[in-house]
Amino acid sequence: MKAVRNWSVRHARGLHRVYVIIESLLALLDPLLHRIGYQRLDKPMARLESLIKGFFFDSQSCGDCTLGATGMSCPMNCPKTLRNGPCGGVRQDGGCEVKPEMTCVWVKAWEGSQRLEQPEQGLQIIQPPLDARLKGHSSWLRALRLRRGQRQ
Amino acid sequence: MRFSDEPQAGESLPILPGHCSPGRFERVLRAGHFAVTAEIAPPDSADPAEVYSRALDFDGFVDAINATDGSGANCHMSSMGICALLTRRGYAMILQMSCRDRNRIAMQGDVLGAAAMGVANILCLTGDGVQSGDHPEAKPVFDMDSISALAMVRHLRDDSAFLSGRALSSPPPLFMGAAANPFAPPTDFRPYRLAKKVAAGAQFIQTQYCFDIERLKTFMSKVRDLGLHEKVFILPGVGPLASARSAEWIRSNVAGVHIPDAVIRRLAGAKDQKQEGVDLCIELAQQIREIEGVSGLHLMAYRQEHRIGEIITKSKVLGDRVPWSTQTA
Repeated sequence: MKAVRNWSVRHARGLHRVYVIIESLLALLDPLLHRIGYQRLDKPMARLESLIKGFFFDSQSCGDCTLGATGMSCPMNCPKTLRNGPCGGVRQDGGCEVKPEMTCVWVKAWEGSQRLEQPEQGLQIIQPPLDARLKGHSSWLRALRLRRGQRQ
Repeated sequence: MRFSDEPQAGESLPILPGHCSPGRFERVLRAGHFAVTAEIAPPDSADPAEVYSRALDFDGFVDAINATDGSGANCHMSSMGICALLTRRGYAMILQMSCRDRNRIAMQGDVLGAAAMGVANILCLTGDGVQSGDHPEAKPVFDMDSISALAMVRHLRDDSAFLSGRALSSPPPLFMGAAANPFAPPTDFRPYRLAKKVAAGAQFIQTQYCFDIERLKTFMSKVRDLGLHEKVFILPGVGPLASARSAEWIRSNVAGVHIPDAVIRRLAGAKDQKQEGVDLCIELAQQIREIEGVSGLHLMAYRQEHRIGEIITKSKVLGDRVPWSTQTA
């Protein structure tokens, strides 16, 4: 929903904090989650994520969430699914090249990121191309799994 | 102009120390010359003669030719096809690779194929949306974006491996480029996006049409603050507008082109609008050349390719230097 999505960008700072809290909570719970099994938890967790992020950000459940680095504006709403910044086609009024009635998600991402503590930092991260197999899977559990992999 | 170690037309130059491509374009830029590139319009044809005759408009005027890749999402002869034909004649080509029509498997294959044919330069683009072209019902791919594509090409070249990690027996020696649009919102983001492209591997930048010199100057001043002009060769884009009406049309129908009202008024008030468009282009070229941190000029003279010679000669942007041509080869 556009109104909620815009609200989320306006409150990017607070939501980003909530996001960080959720991340550390999940990290605390990680031993337990790992024992239950990431695989078993994937479906319910993906559903929960999709409910929350779908409501606040119109998340497209790509399975590799970048919201924390994109000013809380979901880049998968871009018709070109650009994950590294705006294309050159953005209209003078900030409208999307493909869907003129929609404000470019990267215009929103820029606004949102200006509200964060280190505005340009997240936007400067070079996002690798998306792994298409992750769609519909939990990105929070994936982050935990990656972190565990790095520790080991 | 010919380099002392220039091979027979159609063969690659030796790669100099500190260079990454066997091409003339990188040599010209690294030697500190002000460079000119231009866009060739691909024909709707399978006849190579049409490509060769179109290339004559650029012969001896430009340092490299961009072969567009379905620009405006309209179907034409492929960039790869144009590059294959024109590298045979010795032209320095820039392969444009857009993310709209191909996934990472096809793109990596094309990068190797292009380099094998003697293409020394590649321009990684996002690509226009399919809605703007003649096949709006097509499936937009966008498996990659311009920045992840740059990182991918650099990986192929510098790590000699596919994204999958599988090793190449010989990496593609390419000079890598990207586009920038200093005139589109979010304008404050644009210099940072340029920085990101440089971090992803871009070595030269060609921009969207500039008709608003003040906005380009603002952009370039931020680019200098970020120190980017020392890391990347920047070639702002210019081109002649055919008339006030065509300018109006471009402004409302071509994605990402910003044309101020003053430009349209100037064209509308002219006796010979076409000539006024060329004159304006020449003035812009001269003004752009004076901006600190600019390394060259990128000409997009769609349907007015025959005027490129006039624009370059009259603007004197190249000074006394005459770029390579098939005549002197």
